Amino acid sequence: MEGTVSVARRVSPFLLVIILVTFVLSLASIYEGVDAYIKNDSTTGNFYLTMGVTTLAISTYLLFQTRKRMLRLAMPLSPLNTTVECQKCGFKNVREFQRGDFVFKQTEDQCPKCNEKTMSIGAIFREVKEKEKTREAG
Amino acid sequence: MLTIQQVSQLLPGQDNILSWIMQIIFLGIFVVFMFYGQRIQMYIMIREVEGSLFKLKMMRDEARKAAITAINEVGKPQVDPTAQVDRFLEYFAITPVDLDPAGIIWRLEHLLDVADARFKDDVKLMAPQADTTQINNLELTLEVALTLNVIYKIIRHFYLLGKKTLSLYIIMQVQMILPLIMKEAEAHAGALKAVQLGQPIGDGVGALVAAKLMHAYEKTKIEKDCVVATVPIEGRTAYVLKAEGPGGNVGKPGEAIKQVIEQSEGKISLAIVIDAAGKLEGEKTGEVAEGLGVAIGGPQVDKYKVEETALKYKVPVNAIAIKEDIGDVISPMRKEISDAVDRVIERIKRLIRERTKEGDFIIIAGIGNTIGIGQ
Repeated sequence: MEGTVSVARRVSPFLLVIILVTFVLSLASIYEGVDAYIKNDSTTGNFYLTMGVTTLAISTYLLFQTRKRMLRLAMPLSPLNTTVECQKCGFKNVREFQRGDFVFKQTEDQCPKCNEKTMSIGAIFREVKEKEKTREAG
Repeated sequence: MLTIQQVSQLLPGQDNILSWIMQIIFLGIFVVFMFYGQRIQMYIMIREVEGSLFKLKMMRDEARKAAITAINEVGKPQVDPTAQVDRFLEYFAITPVDLDPAGIIWRLEHLLDVADARFKDDVKLMAPQADTTQINNLELTLEVALTLNVIYKIIRHFYLLGKKTLSLYIIMQVQMILPLIMKEAEAHAGALKAVQLGQPIGDGVGALVAAKLMHAYEKTKIEKDCVVATVPIEGRTAYVLKAEGPGGNVGKPGEAIKQVIEQSEGKISLAIVIDAAGKLEGEKTGEVAEGLGVAIGGPQVDKYKVEETALKYKVPVNAIAIKEDIGDVISPMRKEISDAVDRVIERIKRLIRERTKEGDFIIIAGIGNTIGIGQ
């Protein structure tokens, strides 16, 4: 079964301006720091470089966050399986869910083992992927 | 009074214009955060709520669209059902007066019966060609859409109220519970396809256990929308009951258990109620737990009826719970939950052997929505 996926883009221009200003300020600060080092003023150089690098990191992080903000509404569900069982010999077959399936429904399928129309649905389930399980446990 | 030069001596820097501008900006930021920190925090929260609200709106719209499509596909109506669906999405029910709690259960039951009948009638009008199973599934689809609409409207209310009053506390209380609300909303949105296609959901695990026990035995209908079968288990006679499937239906298991106990004149040695239960974080999905009491969720009417009857006839009621996440309750049934059915049956057999004698009569009730589960 496929999930519904809709994508929406919503980034505030105000936020973008703030990020841009912070980015420019951080570059200016780094420039000041390098300039101070050239002039052998290591205290000022350290101050500006620390400030510049920190601000640059924050603005870059914010920029990536903004990209993430492009909202993605996805509800992907794992494919659903139907177990069809032979009432006579116990043969089991797992196939994809089909519209109209329900547990204990007698199907028209013929048992490949005993060649009789004694197949019925034993279970309908979805298997959650290992990655999703780990996230859930964490 | 301090001069600018004196202040500048406190700060590292050079005497160029860029250095001054930067220092003033950083000082400005410091002052702004000192005085407007809380307001900035509030705007961040508002943005967060706004993002979730946008998601909720999308879910609500998708659900509404899915309901209309399902009605058109299955019910083949003569007129466009959009207006009827929109009317349905705005339904509400007023709970009975609880100032005088005497008899509130019966008043609540009456209200629920009326609501159920009204929902079914409306679905029949919207989808005249649908059969009983399809009507039940369509009703469930509409109920999912209704829930998403209610969640969206409540969050929108607090969001707008918070924005209007600029009250940190209004925004904060929504923002704090938002992850749980979003989890529930996402579970409902995920359930939409399942209920449309009539797939078994996590809540139906109790009904699945009962179905497995009563399969191949003769079933009779019992009030309301339930089926019961007499099944021999471990030398005892078990009345196994569940809601009638495979359409989306929970029935009235409380009334059904009450009837079975009364019909057998209270000669029931043990009643076992099986239902899905919300798991705590850290617990495994599909974990089985045993306990005492009536494991029936919902509006408590059924639970009350079983408790009353069990007390009257002194029937011990045991409960078996299958643990699952809130998101799994209305999503298509997970393999872990489906696999738990055999373990539950083993537990039932052990309970019967330990708590009853051969020849005794017992009740086994599988609770939950029986969508996608026959019998």
